[in-house]
Amino acid sequence: MSWLLVLPIALPLAATAATIVARGRRRAQRLVSVGCALVVLAGAVALVWATRDGEVLATGMGGWPARFRITLVADPFTALMLTVSALMVTVCALFAAAREEDEEPYLHPLVQVLFAGACGAYLTADIFDLFVFIEVALIASYVLLTLGGSLRRLRAGAVYVATNLLASTAFLAGVALLYGTAGTVNFAELAGRARTSGEVAVAGTFILAALAVKGGLVPVHGWLPRSYPAASPAVTALFSGLLTKMGVYAMFRVYCTVFQGETTLRTPLLLVASLTMLLGVLGAVGRERMRDILSFHMVSQVGYLVMALGISGIAGLSAGIFFMLQYIVVKTSLFLCSGAIETFEGTGALSELGAVARRRPVLAVAFGVSAFSLAGVPPLSGFFAKLALLQAAFGADDYAVAGVAVGVSFLTLFSMVKIWNGVFWGDPPAERQRTTAAPTRGRAAAVVAPAVALAAVGAAVGLGAELLWTLSAQAAALLVDPAAYIEAVLR
Amino acid sequence: MTAATIVGVLAAAGTYLVLQRGLVRMALGFVLLGHAANVLLVVSGGIHRRGVPIEGETVGRAADPLPQAFTLTAIVIGFGMTAFLLALAVRAQRDLGDDDLEGKS
Repeated sequence: MSWLLVLPIALPLAATAATIVARGRRRAQRLVSVGCALVVLAGAVALVWATRDGEVLATGMGGWPARFRITLVADPFTALMLTVSALMVTVCALFAAAREEDEEPYLHPLVQVLFAGACGAYLTADIFDLFVFIEVALIASYVLLTLGGSLRRLRAGAVYVATNLLASTAFLAGVALLYGTAGTVNFAELAGRARTSGEVAVAGTFILAALAVKGGLVPVHGWLPRSYPAASPAVTALFSGLLTKMGVYAMFRVYCTVFQGETTLRTPLLLVASLTMLLGVLGAVGRERMRDILSFHMVSQVGYLVMALGISGIAGLSAGIFFMLQYIVVKTSLFLCSGAIETFEGTGALSELGAVARRRPVLAVAFGVSAFSLAGVPPLSGFFAKLALLQAAFGADDYAVAGVAVGVSFLTLFSMVKIWNGVFWGDPPAERQRTTAAPTRGRAAAVVAPAVALAAVGAAVGLGAELLWTLSAQAAALLVDPAAYIEAVLR
Repeated sequence: MTAATIVGVLAAAGTYLVLQRGLVRMALGFVLLGHAANVLLVVSGGIHRRGVPIEGETVGRAADPLPQAFTLTAIVIGFGMTAFLLALAVRAQRDLGDDDLEGKS
């Protein structure tokens, strides 16, 4: 089975090389890029199947003793994240191809590097490799964001690169502090160390703070809504599915292992979560472009994930993992919808759009389903995620943060209705000149299909929540009691 | 103590440079910050905790190999980042005549 663990890293890297060789031949690039994502998706599904009862698969590289080697490990949490990521890469690569964004010969290679980095970050069993893989993904994202090199993208790129480099440097310093105090960077050996040593707790907090920047938490969220909307639509969608979630995944992993059962950080985490939920959603109110609004909501939704982390316990973490998985699908679907609208109408500004529902009814339905899911309207997936989260909060007597979560849900709904009114209903604005030629029927279908497919997946997750919930609960159980994880990594 | 001072000075100088507006200064600032982190990594090692990682041989004195491997990796990553930042600066210089992106509209 060990090749299944290597596949999600090795195959995208091989695909990177292949797509670079095939640059200029777009059909070949698309075939390799999408094919690779599909094969990894199949591998990830196989991993989910193999770990469904809480088994942990691990494989050591190079035959070194357990404490010195690089270990790749897959528990249910990893397998689920891999599956969702591979799905996002597949869909976003198809969307980029439909929009002909891959005119840029290095788009597909960069997407594959980003993919490899994200998969590596999910699979690794030590914090230093986590740093390396996050950097691999980030380097690709720096270039993807500034592709084309317009002034707006360069500016956004400078903000994005500066913030993330600073966070990476802090992360690296945190790894050094952790190694200096605990003498290891292996998750299995670090389990629960913050409980017995205050120094390790300080180093761990340092790392969590650096990861909070990458996840876009308040008060270090400012870079995210400033940079994401500047990228091309397909790239924004890909970032939303892969990048910030990688930071949040790392926070889950580090907090749950290093701080296992240590509750000093609980109050600060819940406070940060509340502020993130609230300020993110309020920031969206004043925005006028679809992707700007959605980017602020991204900040807000990450707050829900950190809330789950703060509550912890099986209930909190299951809710958090379930929330993260469905949210990635829903949010990427929303970004794909807005990208499709920008393709057809040539703009994403609410004031310049109107009556799109009449011309693009399928797109309107896809957007509506995902938007209501984001806000948490039953029976869509967002409703079950929020319900589980609130139940966990009430179970742990965290009434204040639960209140914030409910209030923010209403504000989210308000924001989605605002987009709906501005874009899909109302009268078409008369004076605007069409900047883009009307796409042919086949191309229009190709642009809309990815968004519709993801909206359908999101809706299916809502209707069949039981299955994903069981898997999430299994993943959470291993985070709370990592005995099997430790055994597999150190064997 | 020496290491702590070096890290402190590097981090302070790096922070100052990163807060400047020009992209080249920012790049240099990140180089210094990266060095601060690397020095911290090198001094975080200690062989007393885990023994020498060579099986079947007795070695009297040896350095802890893990932080060295970490630092090497971090240096390579830092090199890539610096190259990218400088490329960004060149691009800005060519388009704007200045490496300060926020300066002109």
